[in-house]
Amino acid sequence: MNENNLIDDKNNIQNQVMWNRLLSVVEEQGQTLVRTAFSPIVRECGDISAGVFDLEGRMMAQAVTGTPGHVNSMAESVKHFINYFPLNTMCEGDIFITNDPWMGTGHLNDFVLTTPCFKDKKIVGLFSCTSHLTDIGGLGVGPDATDIHMEGLYIPMLKLANKGVMNKTLLKLISQNTRQPIETEGDVYSLAACNDIGCKRLVEMMKEFKIDDLKNLSDFIYDKSLSAVENEIKKIPNGVYKNSMMIDGFEKDIKLEARLKVSDNFISVDYTGTSDKSKFGINVPLSYTKAYTCFGLSCLVSAEIPNNAGSLKPFEIDAPLGSILNAPYPAAVCARHIIGQMLPDVVFGCLEKAIPEKVPAEGASCLWNITFRGITDRGANNNSLFAVTAVVNGGTGARPNKDGLSATAYPSGVRGTPVEINEAVAPLLFLKKEYNPGSGGKGKFNGGLGQVIEIKSAIDEDMDLLASFDRIKFPARGRLNGENGNAGQVSIKNKRKLNGKGTQVIKAGEILEIFTPGGGGHGDYSDRDKELMDTDVENELLRD
Amino acid sequence: MRLAIDIGGTFTDIVLEHKTDLFTKKVLTSSSQPEVAVIQGVVELLQENKINSSDIKMIIHGTTLATNAVIERKGAKTCFITTEGFRDVLDIGYESRFDQYDILIEKTMSLVPRKYRYVIEERTDINGNIIKPINTKKFQNLVDIIKNEKFESIGIGFLHSYGNPKNENELKEFLLKHLPDVEVSISSDVCPEIREYERFTTTVVNSYIKPLISTYLKKLDTKLRQKGFNCPLLLMTSGGTLTNVISACNNPVRLVESGPAGGAILATSIAEDLKLDKVISFDMGGTTAKITIIENQQAIKAREFEVDRKARFKKGSGLPLRIPVIEMVEIGAGGGSIARVNKLDQIITGPDSAGSNPGPACYSNGGDNPTITDADLVIGKIDADKFAGGKIDLSKEFAKNAITKNISDKLNIKTETAALAISEIVDETMSNAARVHTVEQGHETSNRTLIGFGGAAPLHISRVAEKLRVKKIIIPTNASVGSAVGFLKAPVGYEVVKSLRMLLNKFNFEKVYNLLTSMKDEAKKIIQNKSDKTEYIEERFAFMRYAGQGHEIKVPIDNEVFYTKDTNKIKESFETNYEKLYSRILPNADIEILTWSLSLSIIDEKSTKYIELDAYKSIKENSLIDFCDYESGEKIKIPNYERTNLKPGDFINGQCVITEDQTTIVVSNNFNTKVLSNNFLQMEHIDNE
Repeated sequence: MNENNLIDDKNNIQNQVMWNRLLSVVEEQGQTLVRTAFSPIVRECGDISAGVFDLEGRMMAQAVTGTPGHVNSMAESVKHFINYFPLNTMCEGDIFITNDPWMGTGHLNDFVLTTPCFKDKKIVGLFSCTSHLTDIGGLGVGPDATDIHMEGLYIPMLKLANKGVMNKTLLKLISQNTRQPIETEGDVYSLAACNDIGCKRLVEMMKEFKIDDLKNLSDFIYDKSLSAVENEIKKIPNGVYKNSMMIDGFEKDIKLEARLKVSDNFISVDYTGTSDKSKFGINVPLSYTKAYTCFGLSCLVSAEIPNNAGSLKPFEIDAPLGSILNAPYPAAVCARHIIGQMLPDVVFGCLEKAIPEKVPAEGASCLWNITFRGITDRGANNNSLFAVTAVVNGGTGARPNKDGLSATAYPSGVRGTPVEINEAVAPLLFLKKEYNPGSGGKGKFNGGLGQVIEIKSAIDEDMDLLASFDRIKFPARGRLNGENGNAGQVSIKNKRKLNGKGTQVIKAGEILEIFTPGGGGHGDYSDRDKELMDTDVENELLRD
Repeated sequence: MRLAIDIGGTFTDIVLEHKTDLFTKKVLTSSSQPEVAVIQGVVELLQENKINSSDIKMIIHGTTLATNAVIERKGAKTCFITTEGFRDVLDIGYESRFDQYDILIEKTMSLVPRKYRYVIEERTDINGNIIKPINTKKFQNLVDIIKNEKFESIGIGFLHSYGNPKNENELKEFLLKHLPDVEVSISSDVCPEIREYERFTTTVVNSYIKPLISTYLKKLDTKLRQKGFNCPLLLMTSGGTLTNVISACNNPVRLVESGPAGGAILATSIAEDLKLDKVISFDMGGTTAKITIIENQQAIKAREFEVDRKARFKKGSGLPLRIPVIEMVEIGAGGGSIARVNKLDQIITGPDSAGSNPGPACYSNGGDNPTITDADLVIGKIDADKFAGGKIDLSKEFAKNAITKNISDKLNIKTETAALAISEIVDETMSNAARVHTVEQGHETSNRTLIGFGGAAPLHISRVAEKLRVKKIIIPTNASVGSAVGFLKAPVGYEVVKSLRMLLNKFNFEKVYNLLTSMKDEAKKIIQNKSDKTEYIEERFAFMRYAGQGHEIKVPIDNEVFYTKDTNKIKESFETNYEKLYSRILPNADIEILTWSLSLSIIDEKSTKYIELDAYKSIKENSLIDFCDYESGEKIKIPNYERTNLKPGDFINGQCVITEDQTTIVVSNNFNTKVLSNNFLQMEHIDNE
């Protein structure tokens, strides 16, 4: 072995070490965001994303903490920032901001902040982060709006800080346009702080390894990741695989149709045939469609390979303009997560035909976030209004070799909110929150269980439910003869059914009763292991 | 004269402290009856040193028994009683997955399965008002079930009981009256804090290990008395303080991870002796590395810890415990950690370990996975003839084969390069963990001193120091039994934590003062009888945040504010700490306090052999050994020293290895080494001088 090889080996190892370091830098960036955030959905549930980018806007690493909806939607947003604010105009201490759903991560509640990182007065990279703010004005977090401007304050690509000085005018404008001014301002600061930490660590790393730019390292990460994903794709038989899935929608049922093509070194997904966009805020911008489609593909194809520009490259995703999966401005998009989170199931249905041994059944999939709005006589800052989102989930689909997970988010990566915290931040009283036995589809492996939840006002006041639930009409389907999971239900207990989507009043004294959907089963129930069946019975996990 | 006993998974370490001298003993742990090995080891150690049991003034004990009972699911048959409508809190947990992309994960299930979880009608609201009292007339059925099922232990957890424990207390009294032989733990006692999942889980873990721990401790206590020991027996807690047998039996959850806490205490006491304000304690053993921040000669404390992480030490894959702990990060990086090549052609190390059986490939015991120890052997860090004092024969050939087959052939690189890469990767993994952990605590790594102990730390510490840009390293004597040595340095104390939520602009001095007073009384009761001294160190902290945030920061509260009744002082203290962590304070937000902690500890007089020496003198090596150079990858000769030959005042210039019985200290060419007056080694970065 000659000397050059040794140097190559050493460079390789050094690049690998720096790659690991970047992953820990962005993780730290994400943790800072969670620890300083005000928005409960960020601090309790981790609805965030954080990452580092090279000067071409290629994502080099992304925090594991966070949620897939932001995966490559945030990755794309940095390119938009670079287009608007050319690199040579960026200064140390600048911070850029937007909540443009088509430039950022799909709805106005997500703020994206990008901070250029400087070493020795030279720009070397960019840090970007995004988090979900509780309230950005408008109709609130629900699907009722019929255009984007009804959904709240729309912030174009702007400078939040200029050479280290915060833009007070913008901050004022933001806090005046939300029901939660202090929390919202606090969250903007929190986003800024997390990028700062990232920059600081990146510069330290560059000093330690004596490098002046990230080009070489970024190429290394890109090439290694790309070829690793390509290798995984090679293991899947080439072909065209189709699937379609029905979901509830708002004003009408929605068909999600996909054509997935596996080639030697890439996979493309085309959503032609999918329903047209809705009148209401359940539409999905293409960036968000890409994010959840990529996530579903990654889970089955390349789970161990970290997310970055290279590992996302072999996935090509498209949807017809004007369809619900590529809804252009000025479509309302606030509750875009409902349909976005269904996309992994759609992709799985395609892949079942190619790699049946790896594909789970359909699950509840979309978060069953229970959002309330109303008046309060207490709450964190003695506001007279409250807005709160309790994050809750149904069951996931049964896996090819084990049961689905009960009351667990998938594909979303967020955490549920504790009952005691929900009651602390809003005048709610939970009467029930536990498993709904028998709600998972039966199979050789059962789907995960949904939950039964009962909530009423703790102060005997009317309050609004901003419903955005799905899988009430169309349940999660089982796979390979597994039974379907239970559909979800929303009602006033012992009184009347409520709609799955749209704002509805819960009157003082009334009890909101929710059954979250169960996951689909996998395989024939008659093949279920006797021991598992006994455990189900002992633990009263089956229907009475 | 005092004794320290540390029961680990494989070995039980015993350390006898006689004035400033330490005598040590290692015996194999007797897992089924741990007290047997303890007694055997203690008796042998005393005989060897001709000491009577009556001469021992105190025995300090730490054990992994509590942790292992949880990990191995060997606790008592336990049931859990909770608020009607909330039977599944323990399993629902965070409703999330600890790994985003792995669709096949298994979530950590509760220690109490659904069939053993019972619900009763009762409810307390967020303000602590009982909106549904309990009706004990309805509970005969419950008593019958507990009798029939033969539960040994009961956990009780009701919603918002941290705010008002009345319902939990009433049920406990009722059950104890009807079931006097069953252990009962209530959540408002074990962990009176908001967030039901963590509170209930902590309570259940406490219930689950209670019968086992109390039986064991009572047995051990009796046996020690029979052997003529009449001194107090104290237990090391996860928080780094000592507690007595009675309180350990009631709150055994506080004994989880007491061994590593001992290590952190050792580092703290070294920091005190050497007057080091900023320290990272680095404890690397056979399977894991533990990293702790020591700030101003105090270990950073935390209130949350995860036990039994299922998936490779991944955050979120274990059971969360809310108890006072020494804040530390534990990762799967030790001598036995296995190296492999992943799909990206990257070398990765750990977190799985070859353990002691079969162990690393070089043990020639059937292991064919390359481990950190194998890489260290190939590089020349470990001398094959002297490993473990020559008690274990190492085969360099087996080590090389394992690395060649599993790593270098796959990557088409030289075996030595692969060995260097393995070592480099594990060092990077540990440094990253240390860096992230340090920053999570709001500190920097670069201006700190690393204190290293545990069998594997001295082999890796100088490279880790370079990565963390640390300029100074300390390796104490008896590094391989660091935890037990640490027990001897632990303060006698107790920490009480209670939730009392309050906005700072509506601060109620009287309410807080009364709460703190009751907490102090509670702490006093527990540390009484442990020492005849009456002077305490009292520390009070408030866990505060901006109203609306979800995570609190720990803020010291001066007793004086209760006399001046000045909330501005509290505000200042909060803002100072907040700014330090997150760079900007928020001008418009209200501040709130969620939880209070109060700890009492007894002041101990310190003894130290450390004095600063005026001069150090270069000495000559004992021999030259083969070593792989990191820069060139080539074989070079470097000096070797025997630690037993080193004397205070000795100075070694640059790269070398220093061998001792149980480990080897590897010094890179960026460090000089001094032997301090207390025989500790101090490595200093050469740029520094």
